[in-house]
Amino acid sequence: MKTVVVEHLTKKFGSFVAVDDISFDIPEGEIFGLLGPNGAGKTTTISMLATMLRPDAGTATIDGHDIIKDEDGVRKSIGIVFQDQSLDEELTAWENMDFHGRLYRIPKKVRLERTAELLDLVGLEERKDDIVKTFSGGMRRRLEIARGLLHRPKVLFLDEPTLGLDPQTRNYLWEYIEKLSREMKITVIITTHYMDEADRLCGRIAIVDKGQIVALDTPENLKKRIGGDVITIKSPDYSQKIADLNESWIENIEQYDGFFSVALHDAEEHVSELIELLINRKVKITSVSVHKPTLEDVFLYYTGRTIRDEESGVKERMRMTGKRMRH
Amino acid sequence: MDIIYTIWLRNMKRYLRSKSRIIGSLGMPLFFLVILGFGLNSVVAIPNVSGNYVEFLVPGIVSMSVLFTSIFSGIQIIWDKQFGFLKETLVAPVSRTEIMLGQTFGGATTAIIQGTIILVLSLFIGLSVSGFWGLLIAFGFMALIGIGFTSVGIAIASKMEDMNGFQLIMSFFIFPIFGLSGAMFPIDSLPPAFRALTMFDPLTYGVEGIRYGLNGVSQIHPLVCFGVLLAFSVVMIGIGAFLFRKLKS
Repeated sequence: MKTVVVEHLTKKFGSFVAVDDISFDIPEGEIFGLLGPNGAGKTTTISMLATMLRPDAGTATIDGHDIIKDEDGVRKSIGIVFQDQSLDEELTAWENMDFHGRLYRIPKKVRLERTAELLDLVGLEERKDDIVKTFSGGMRRRLEIARGLLHRPKVLFLDEPTLGLDPQTRNYLWEYIEKLSREMKITVIITTHYMDEADRLCGRIAIVDKGQIVALDTPENLKKRIGGDVITIKSPDYSQKIADLNESWIENIEQYDGFFSVALHDAEEHVSELIELLINRKVKITSVSVHKPTLEDVFLYYTGRTIRDEESGVKERMRMTGKRMRH
Repeated sequence: MDIIYTIWLRNMKRYLRSKSRIIGSLGMPLFFLVILGFGLNSVVAIPNVSGNYVEFLVPGIVSMSVLFTSIFSGIQIIWDKQFGFLKETLVAPVSRTEIMLGQTFGGATTAIIQGTIILVLSLFIGLSVSGFWGLLIAFGFMALIGIGFTSVGIAIASKMEDMNGFQLIMSFFIFPIFGLSGAMFPIDSLPPAFRALTMFDPLTYGVEGIRYGLNGVSQIHPLVCFGVLLAFSVVMIGIGAFLFRKLKS
């Protein structure tokens, strides 16, 4: 059974197309990842699925409820952990949970039981009567996840859940999210721009770039498409000299700004041969690295940019806009 | 009803927890009451009104306290927007009107509490209450001022992006409403043009209503005050709910 079905979803802000005709569906209990740089349209997609933004075209159903025709039905069947914090800092952890339970009209007895159970699950039982203002970033995140689960949603949205958290807390949250999907059969949609997070958690990943899904598969299959191994070579002047490399063991060559990557099987066996070929062609080599393909390579393969390039581009643009606004 | 109660409850908890806000917002009304009250008591005689200037001033300062607290409670939605908490309520399967009404009654309740504190403190500086029914009338008017102006605050907050414009609203909206209301002077003795202006100020009817309850006399008939203020509150709830529904999360 498909818990989430998305059909031709589109959202424009003025002339900027934030989400461009995307379609996918998610079976019950899957952890589904939306992976892409900031500004790729991940949060916009989630906002539309959560009925907070109205799509310009297309639609989606969540647990059988249409996001346009049955907003309340959708809202009852989803839980959300927003990218930015959304707790009441003046209230205690328990009061935040209680407020949520009342908003979702959960009967008092059930509310009390579940609140105690969930606070225990996220390890906040001892701090339940402390004001949220005194909590660390990781504790707040865990409280938000517990709160999002209080009304037993079918689908849990996690928008950049580990942004700004330390490695230890991230690991802890990952384990926790895995446990949720395993034990409670909750469908999880997670957006992230951390490759390792998507790789570790997700059953399937949609790589999102400029509002479109450029690839959608399991992490293993995505990486398989690149080849068995990847050799990345940094070089200042390779462009003309490698164009006609056509050894039988080379599966694919991708060229980028300042470096190129060769996909092949058994890199260890062929790496010296490759270097020899390049030296014969007088290619200057700055550095060589051999590794199994990661999602970073997959992202690079589909978009021609690394996710870090993209990030700095966005930041640069934001700085420029900021400057323009100040003057 | 349960949702309205939930939002109201959150407002109460936050209010009772912020001791500095309670004490801080008593400062200005008390300052006005003591300085103006005692400063002018001996030189001002109010025509057609029994008692001294302090007694005349108390209803005005109670109104001021209710006005400030309620508008500020409504505008607090901006903080919820900035700290992200508003999203939590907006994405829940409840109607925006329920959220808005909960906020309105929460704001009105805190405003009534603030007004009551001023009222009780006034007893120590010479206010004599005319009886139970008078008090009840005063509280009725405090509730109406509270509901009406919390709605005004919500309406303003729905249109504002951040707190930057708050100073502007304070200087050009809240203070004029207070100043023109006849809280500090009898409207009968104003020049006609100025007097007409005070008649357009909804707080005038609140001040006069409370004055009727506490002092037993007023310059506008209490039923007129009640009618006008009730109409004002209903209209403001309507406008506030309408603007809040259109608010983008």
